[in-house]
Amino acid sequence: MAEPGRVLVLGATSAMAQACARLWAGRGASLLLVGRNPDRLEAVAADLRVRGAARVETLAADLAPLEGQGALLDQAWARLGAPDVVLLAQGLLADSDACEASAELTARVLQLDFTATALLAQEAALRLARRGAGTVVAISSVAGDRGRQSNYAYGAAKGGLSLFLEGLRNRMFRQGVRILTVKPGFVDSPMTAHLRRNALFASPETVGRAVVRAVDRGRDRIYVPGFWLPVMLVVRHVPGWIWKRLRL
Amino acid sequence: MTPESWGRIPRLRPAAVVPLHWAEPAALAGRAAPILAHGLGRSYGDACLNEGGTLLLTRGLDRFLALDEAAGTLTCEAGVSLAEILTLVVPRGWFLPVVPGTQHVTVGGAIANDVHGKNHHRAGTFGGQVRWLELLRSTGEVLRCSPDGNRELFAATVGGLGLTGLVLRAGLSLRRIATTRVAAESLPLRDLSEFFAGSAESDQRFEYTVAWIDCLASGARLGRGILHRGNHAAGPGPLAWRSGSRLSVPFELPFSPLGRLTLGAFNALYHAAHRGAGARAVEARGFFFPLDGVARWNRIYGRAGFFQFQCQVPPPAAPEALRALLATIARSGQGSFLAVLKNFGAAPSPGLLSFPREGTTLALDFPDRGERTARLFRELHAVVADHRGRIYSAKDAHMSPAQFAAQHREALPAFRAQVDPAFSSSLWRRVTGG
Repeated sequence: MAEPGRVLVLGATSAMAQACARLWAGRGASLLLVGRNPDRLEAVAADLRVRGAARVETLAADLAPLEGQGALLDQAWARLGAPDVVLLAQGLLADSDACEASAELTARVLQLDFTATALLAQEAALRLARRGAGTVVAISSVAGDRGRQSNYAYGAAKGGLSLFLEGLRNRMFRQGVRILTVKPGFVDSPMTAHLRRNALFASPETVGRAVVRAVDRGRDRIYVPGFWLPVMLVVRHVPGWIWKRLRL
Repeated sequence: MTPESWGRIPRLRPAAVVPLHWAEPAALAGRAAPILAHGLGRSYGDACLNEGGTLLLTRGLDRFLALDEAAGTLTCEAGVSLAEILTLVVPRGWFLPVVPGTQHVTVGGAIANDVHGKNHHRAGTFGGQVRWLELLRSTGEVLRCSPDGNRELFAATVGGLGLTGLVLRAGLSLRRIATTRVAAESLPLRDLSEFFAGSAESDQRFEYTVAWIDCLASGARLGRGILHRGNHAAGPGPLAWRSGSRLSVPFELPFSPLGRLTLGAFNALYHAAHRGAGARAVEARGFFFPLDGVARWNRIYGRAGFFQFQCQVPPPAAPEALRALLATIARSGQGSFLAVLKNFGAAPSPGLLSFPREGTTLALDFPDRGERTARLFRELHAVVADHRGRIYSAKDAHMSPAQFAAQHREALPAFRAQVDPAFSSSLWRRVTGG
């Protein structure tokens, strides 16, 4: 999508979504922003208009429920027109201590990060397939490549999402719809505000540039920053009997 | 990493560091006092530090809200940097009417320190270009302040060192430019009297004037330097902006390479290179922000860090005061490679505590050499006090409470009445004793 196009952004107030949207806005794209908080959506929309977007609209909606994805996307399609790119950037991060203290929180993590997002990816891909063009981009995580003691619920949801997207990509290949799985490492954003910053942290802008480039090039899957690709290659091959003893 | 000021000293730890992401009333909810906003950390001493308190990092408030090209105004959140503004508006033929010596400051920081540039004699301060600002008080109230509404709070917030609350958004004036080229000239100055004569003449014909002074020169050559002057060039010409730096200092040097010999050699070379450079067209970026060419240049002073001294002295006493200041600095042998001299214009500043006022301003860096440097600062501050001058709070780490009270005697009661009781800074506690 090097030329101006139409972009549907779900979870539009997330730091990574904003970074991507700014780059598309700078190319003159039209955007529809979906998120929970109308005031924040409006602040993001105003910024994107100044940065060059042809048109920006907002739609306040909760993306966590397990039903209504089709109706929501129909509404988005009607407002924006058929998008060239659908970005799924909503997410919820909770560590294992918090999840073990609350089964309800564990359920919310699994539901938002996996089930609801997978349903949106599926419904969006099916709608794009009618036109035979377009890209669904979903933010997964390196945390989904291996189960770890520190955030296994989040990791399982992201791992499940990555697998779902891989199958969906396979399914959509002959329909002309691309599926891009984005696997960031640590990103300096409100979601990770409780974590100590170190050299592994990337800025949302770094992720944004990588995502926009990957969409332009029709990539299937990217690790951001790129050093996570060899790191996760090694991590995935650590034998289970060693892995279970680690404190990662 | 603990937030630092640009001089990297004093090192003062806040109890909490909170990155802000949304310009909304909840930004202050539940924050433990004393609170202070911290943007890009370009003030030098302790104006942007808050030992034992809460530092709110404002860089996440980085959204533009509106660009009105008919009115020539830009509205944005307070954490937007001037570099980001220039990147947006320059290709459309706009520029900021007042820019300081670096573009890497936030709008909130530029307001809180009421910064000035090389065109102060024409355009006044940054605060004069602020049409309005939105201030969040610790009560949760959001107040729109301008020269027309909530006037007292506006005057206290501009140049108010971040003590009146958290600036959320601001409306700024822009100015037209035809190109990013600047028609620049360099005029060699043999001594201090040539600075005053050259400035008086140049300020009539040039929007931007600033002198670089070799502070190691003494005796008959005291005040030897170069006067840089320029105007925005007439078009047509390029209109492009690049805010990044090609070079960077990747880590702090274990010791400072800036000794008397290296500085002397640098100063002599710089003087030779610019002598008779005459008239030429230069890019605005290098003309306005020469030091931005090297990112994180503050690390070259090494682990010890450095101080900046910037003072202002009123017109009748200025030549005598500057002679005394430059002689003291030359004698100490501690001066930096950059001493900047400029005449401020007569326009009154919009802020109660704004630094600029008619007269001459001198600014230079000193690597911290402990007690020697502290003694030099006491001597310099004494000269400033003798001539009823001012010290720039945004650069300061040494000013005495007596000096602060003296230089803001008339405005201080009105300012105190507007301070938000939940806000404070290490600077404020140091210069007011509480």
